[in-house]
Amino acid sequence: MSPETLAALAKMGLWLAFLINVAPIMLWVERRAPAFMQDRLGPNRVGPLGFFQGIADAAKFIFKEDIEPATADRGLYLLAPVLALVPCLTTYLVIPFGPDIEVAGRTMASVVIDSDSGIFVFLALASLGVYSLVLAGWASNNKWSLIGAIRASAQMISYELALTLAVVAALVPAGSLHLGRVVDYQIGERLFGFLPAWGVLVQPIGFLVFLVAMFAETNRLPFDLPEAESELVAGYHTEYGSIRFALFFMGEYMAMAVLSALAATLYFGGWSLPGVDLMQLPGVLPALVGFVILTVKVAIFMFLFVWVRWTFPRFRYDQLMRLGWKVLLPLALANLVYVAALAVGGKL
Amino acid sequence: MELLAFVVFGLAALVSAIVVVAHRSPIHSTLSLVVTLVSTAALFLMLGSPFLAALQVLLYTGAILVLFLFVIMLLNVQRERTGAAARSPFQTWSALIAAFVLAGAVCRLLWDAHGEAVLAPLTEDFVALRNTASLLFRDYLLPFEMVGLLLLVAVVVASWVARRGGADSEEESR
Repeated sequence: MSPETLAALAKMGLWLAFLINVAPIMLWVERRAPAFMQDRLGPNRVGPLGFFQGIADAAKFIFKEDIEPATADRGLYLLAPVLALVPCLTTYLVIPFGPDIEVAGRTMASVVIDSDSGIFVFLALASLGVYSLVLAGWASNNKWSLIGAIRASAQMISYELALTLAVVAALVPAGSLHLGRVVDYQIGERLFGFLPAWGVLVQPIGFLVFLVAMFAETNRLPFDLPEAESELVAGYHTEYGSIRFALFFMGEYMAMAVLSALAATLYFGGWSLPGVDLMQLPGVLPALVGFVILTVKVAIFMFLFVWVRWTFPRFRYDQLMRLGWKVLLPLALANLVYVAALAVGGKL
Repeated sequence: MELLAFVVFGLAALVSAIVVVAHRSPIHSTLSLVVTLVSTAALFLMLGSPFLAALQVLLYTGAILVLFLFVIMLLNVQRERTGAAARSPFQTWSALIAAFVLAGAVCRLLWDAHGEAVLAPLTEDFVALRNTASLLFRDYLLPFEMVGLLLLVAVVVASWVARRGGADSEEESR
């Protein structure tokens, strides 16, 4: 095997080790954190502080009976949960997690696909995520599932526009579609001479639009209308049980993690910390420490997801559409014009 | 390795394109179209243009076909599935003529490529993002903007037609 292939496999292994652990850990957080918010204890019997609850739940999912509706479109019904994992297991490829490092005499970028169209690849693969929801809802042959699927397709298309426009504006200062260059810009520049030029400080409105669209794209409360358990039983995954439901579940948490990583990269300096020069470290350590820093930033976002879920009620469907098209989209456009004007005026 | 990938994606594109036309269920047709477009995107990638590949997936499979699915799911698809929706002879003939014209054009292109007139080969420089951008926004700025305007006009007209047709039902829903 060539050294390039080995390096790519090593980098993918690092990401996979991270992503596989997201779902069980978040399962624990999602139960313990709201428990404390509501002044109760939450699951605390399995392992210290109930930390192994995720493993217990995984075992339960695997050994549960797998029931398949008789009227389902079998092929698509089985395909949908698998598709749920496709976007989150491919989009991380373009997210940088460290500076360029020297290994065995050659320079290596700390990103799996070192491409100039990086963010485009991310957006393209992420846009495929809607298929799993739509197919799950349609193939189940259940009216609740179908309504969930229709909601999912309309919602994700609507918020993708605002999300993409916010991303475009975030790329303007760096002048590149390569996410590594975006991070380099945020490290290199200073605002007013002392603040790091993090995207969130340059364009707070853009970040706000991105954040809201991010919640909608991952179908998290307050935008979880595709599953809306009080209206649609469980929406698009009503007819799924056992490990197939677990795949949807994992897909949702992994998508949250990858989008959080993108948010950290675009708006919070990615793998860098202000005042810390990772290049001082020897060997592959800069990439590993960068990955840890990125993981911490992702963890903060993940906690925000949980925090918001247990704080806000669900939107009504017409409110959701109004927010997406009449508030977020114009805001995203205005932000793009603002950032472009700053860039043309030489202020960035 | 590259030949193998080409054969796999080329065959996938061809087979799924046939399924798009031949399958009775609109949902399955649309999904086959997804496979066709993703396979062609993979072919673009192998030609050295990740940008074009990503754009194809982002726009066609990620947005347009999702809307197709949305509309098909909203309509009652049971009737079409049984094959009751007969094609008119006009449709059949115009489709056949269009297919022959397209086949002729492709043959002509292939002929040219292997004959005297050599088509300019795709170079790394030509498909690079920066060059694509400067082609679009410098050399062909006016046509590019005009296409945008054309699409805007189409959208406005479409929403006007939809509004006029559904004026009664809209009144009721208010």
